[in-house]
Order: sequence, then C-alpha cells, then structure tokens
Amino acid sequence: MRVLQDAWRYLTDASSWTGDGGMLALLAEQLLLTAGALGIAMLVGLPLALWLGHLGRGGFLAINITNVGRAVPTFALLALLVTADPWGWTGDLFPGTATLGPFGRGGAATLVALALFALPPIITNAYTAVREVPTEVREAARGMGMSGWQVFRRAEWPLALPLVASGVRLALVQVWATATIAALVAGPGLGRVITDGFFRTQYGKGIAGAIVVAAVALVLELLAAWVQRAVTPPGAPGAASPGRSRRVSPDRNTVAP
Amino acid sequence: MHVTLLAATLAPRATSGLLGERVGERVGEQLAGVDAGADPRCYSRLVNEWFCWDYVRDYRPEIIDATLQHLLITLASVLLGLAIAFPLALLARRYPRLESTILGVSTGLYTVPSIALFPLLVPFTGLSATTVVIGLALYALTILVRALLEGLRAVPEDVREAARGLGYGAGRLLLRVELPLAVPVLVAGLRVATVSTVALTTVGSLVSYGGLGNLIRDGVQGNFRAELMTAAVLCVVLAVLLDVLLVLVQRAATPWTRGRQGQGATA
Repeated sequence: MRVLQDAWRYLTDASSWTGDGGMLALLAEQLLLTAGALGIAMLVGLPLALWLGHLGRGGFLAINITNVGRAVPTFALLALLVTADPWGWTGDLFPGTATLGPFGRGGAATLVALALFALPPIITNAYTAVREVPTEVREAARGMGMSGWQVFRRAEWPLALPLVASGVRLALVQVWATATIAALVAGPGLGRVITDGFFRTQYGKGIAGAIVVAAVALVLELLAAWVQRAVTPPGAPGAASPGRSRRVSPDRNTVAP
Repeated sequence: MHVTLLAATLAPRATSGLLGERVGERVGEQLAGVDAGADPRCYSRLVNEWFCWDYVRDYRPEIIDATLQHLLITLASVLLGLAIAFPLALLARRYPRLESTILGVSTGLYTVPSIALFPLLVPFTGLSATTVVIGLALYALTILVRALLEGLRAVPEDVREAARGLGYGAGRLLLRVELPLAVPVLVAGLRVATVSTVALTTVGSLVSYGGLGNLIRDGVQGNFRAELMTAAVLCVVLAVLLDVLLVLVQRAATPWTRGRQGQGATA
C-alpha cells in the first residue's frame, strides 16, 4: 500500500504537473493527438461508410474491418508503425519518431496509427446505422419524389445519427486508450508517466499516471455520452430508455485497448 | 543512415535497465559470429530483418515460453470473466433494477484503458500474472454479461412455457433449455472476448507478464525487428486459432443450427 501513498504524493506535488514534460503538458499533448486522430478518422471514415450504407453495398467490408482490427494487437501495430519505416519503402520520408509540432515526439506516425484504430468502430457503426433505417421509410421518401441525396439527407441521416454518434463515441474512448499505449512505443502523451514509472521502478509515479489516464477516460466517455444524448431525438431508436438497450448493441463489441 | 537512426531511437531508452542486458547479449552473439567468420544471422544488428527464420530457431525456447504464457493468461482471463459474468447476468435478469447498474459499472470499467487498469491493480496484486488476469477478466466480463443476457432473452417465450408445462423447475429450465438455446449468442460474445483478450494480453508487458507482449516490448526497445514481427504474427495466429476453435465448439454443441449458418454470429 506504500505505492498508493507514493502515487498520492506524486499527484499532489505541483512540480509533477508543471513544466516541460509535466503531466499538464503531456495531457494537452494526448488530448490534441486524440482529437486530431479522431478528426482524421471521421473525415475519412464517415463519408465512405455513409455512402456505402446509402448504396447498400460493401457490408462485407464494414463487418470484417472490425473483426480483423480486433485480432491485431494495437501495441504491436503501433510498434511497427512508429518505431521505424517497416519495410523501407518510403526511404527517409517515413516520419518514424520525428517530432511533429504540438503532437510531440513520434507525432505524425502516432497520429496515423491512432486514426487507423479509430476507423473500424466509426465505419462499422455508420454503415450499420444507415442500413438499419427501415426500408419503408426509404421507400416512402423515394415515393415522395426525393432524389438520392434528399433521401439520405432528410430520411436516412436523421435516423442514423444516434448510432453514428455512438460509433464516434466508441472510437474516442478507443483512441484515448491507444494513445496511452503509444507512449510505450514512441513517446507522446500521458502513457509516458506510466511507463517511466514502471520501467524505472517508481511505481507510485506509474500509478499516479494511470489514475490521471483513467479519470480523463471516464470524463471523455461521459462527455461523449452527453453529446450523443443531445443529438438523439427523443423516441428515436437509439434514445436511452429506462431499461437501456435491450440487445448486445453493435457499438459495444470492440474492447478499448 | 540506419545506424544513426538506430542510435537516435536507442539513446533515450538506454536508461530503462531492462533492455541493457538483452542488447548487449545480442551484440555479443553477433560479434562471436563475425569472429568465427560465419555469415551474420539475419537477426543480427546489422542485417536486422523483419522476417527471420534463424531467429525463430535460435530463440525457440524463449518464444515457446512467451506463447504459452500468453495462452494461459488469455484462457485464465476469459474463464474468470465467464465465471463472474454468469451470476451477474442471472442477477441482472432476475432483478431488472440491478441490470442498469451492472451494465453501467462494467461499461465504465471498459472505458479505462488497459495500460491504466493494470497499474491500478498493482497495489493490490503486485507485479504478477494475477494483475493481468484480473484486469483482462474485467474487460471480458463486460462483453460476456451482455452476451449472456442477450442470449437468454433470445429464448422464445413459448419454449419456456412448454418446458414449464412439462414440469421443469427454474434450475432445470435454465440448464437444460435456456442455456443450450443461448449458446450461439454466448459463443459469439466469447469469440469477441477471446480475440480481444489475446490482443490485450500484450499490454501486460507493462508488469512483465504480457506473454508475447514481452517480446514485442523488448523488440521495440532493442530495435530487434525479427523479435517484434514474430511476436506480432504469433499474436494474430493465436487469436485466429482460438476463434476457429470456438466456432468448432459451437458447431458441435448446437447441431440444430447447422442448417442456418451464421445466424447467431454478431458482426
């Protein structure tokens, strides 16, 4: 239990928060990485998945991308992406551990890796969301003379939004967790505090870092849940009902690493 | 150019103690090889190939140990998770008011990154395999409770009625009727839980019980490419093998679903 006291001391010591490499700077760095990666993944994944869902094609891809993503350890993939240019194809262009502005050491490679990890939940959920819009709704919209775009914009999108949002929420939690692991490999972010503590046998420090990471994860999840509820119209399929969702929802079958 | 890159990646980590010996050991081996006039191994520091059979041959005991540890940690975690999920799911089904609490708490746990969960368990269980197993079981739990609940709910009410009409009590109904019918959904959950547990076990390398993750960590720290790649590939192979095994188990356990393949599998 002495380690808990050490952790408490580390958390309450102002000098562990401030300054270069202090926890505040690392926290900002990791939040920035998370937001950046999530942004990239949404920009790439959402249009693709929504479009495929609208066309009703590519379901195989949308489902399997998640299954494959689950089997590959994030740790290993991060290691491959971040430590070096895996096969030398890019010459010296591959960023490796180079520093990228505010994203810190290994910034570019970490950003790419995190965006890749955010894609499966975003794509799978957005695709499923559009596919699950009842056929009658779609046909009624078409019968009213709406064009393909109008059907999507005015019928499918509003109905799909809650599930799309839950995919983004899941991706957010996942990216935050993966960003922490990135510190095991490359350097940026709060995971550094954990790995430093553990690899240098200052367990108090490691545990202090873990407490901060876990707390921020919970805060992010609550914020995302709040946003999700805000975009869900009352009575919509994804709206929170007293008994909660009565099924193993498709948005919950990936584990945050 | 590669050498400078190497030096640059290694320098900041040289302090972390754990790797010092390993790197030294590998360089030593390589120098010995050069002295004897033999070809350098494909995993030697200068060649450092990603795929290298010599590595697998020369380090076989180490690789087998790591794989076994990985497998044992995964199996123990999933079984422990299942053992806890079972009563929880029954409780949640029996008392609907508990359901949202149980699901809420397990989902909250799920939100905590594994790399933060292990350190939080260390004060209680130390730097041991127990820490990793408990942590991973907590993650598996979330998936399994949901799968069990979902599976039990999928049992048609008239089947239940019929069994009751035949004089089945609650216990016998559960064991002989409901659970067998819940198997497809449960196995779908087990597959998800198992595959992600295999991947997550690697993070246990933080407390030195990560199975293949230990090799990955050492590979990263020592820029030992063959070690890193071999361990990563073995992780995926292990996950796929366990997944296939579960599918086979399900087929054997539910002969009646064979006509309509894939019905129970979730996305």
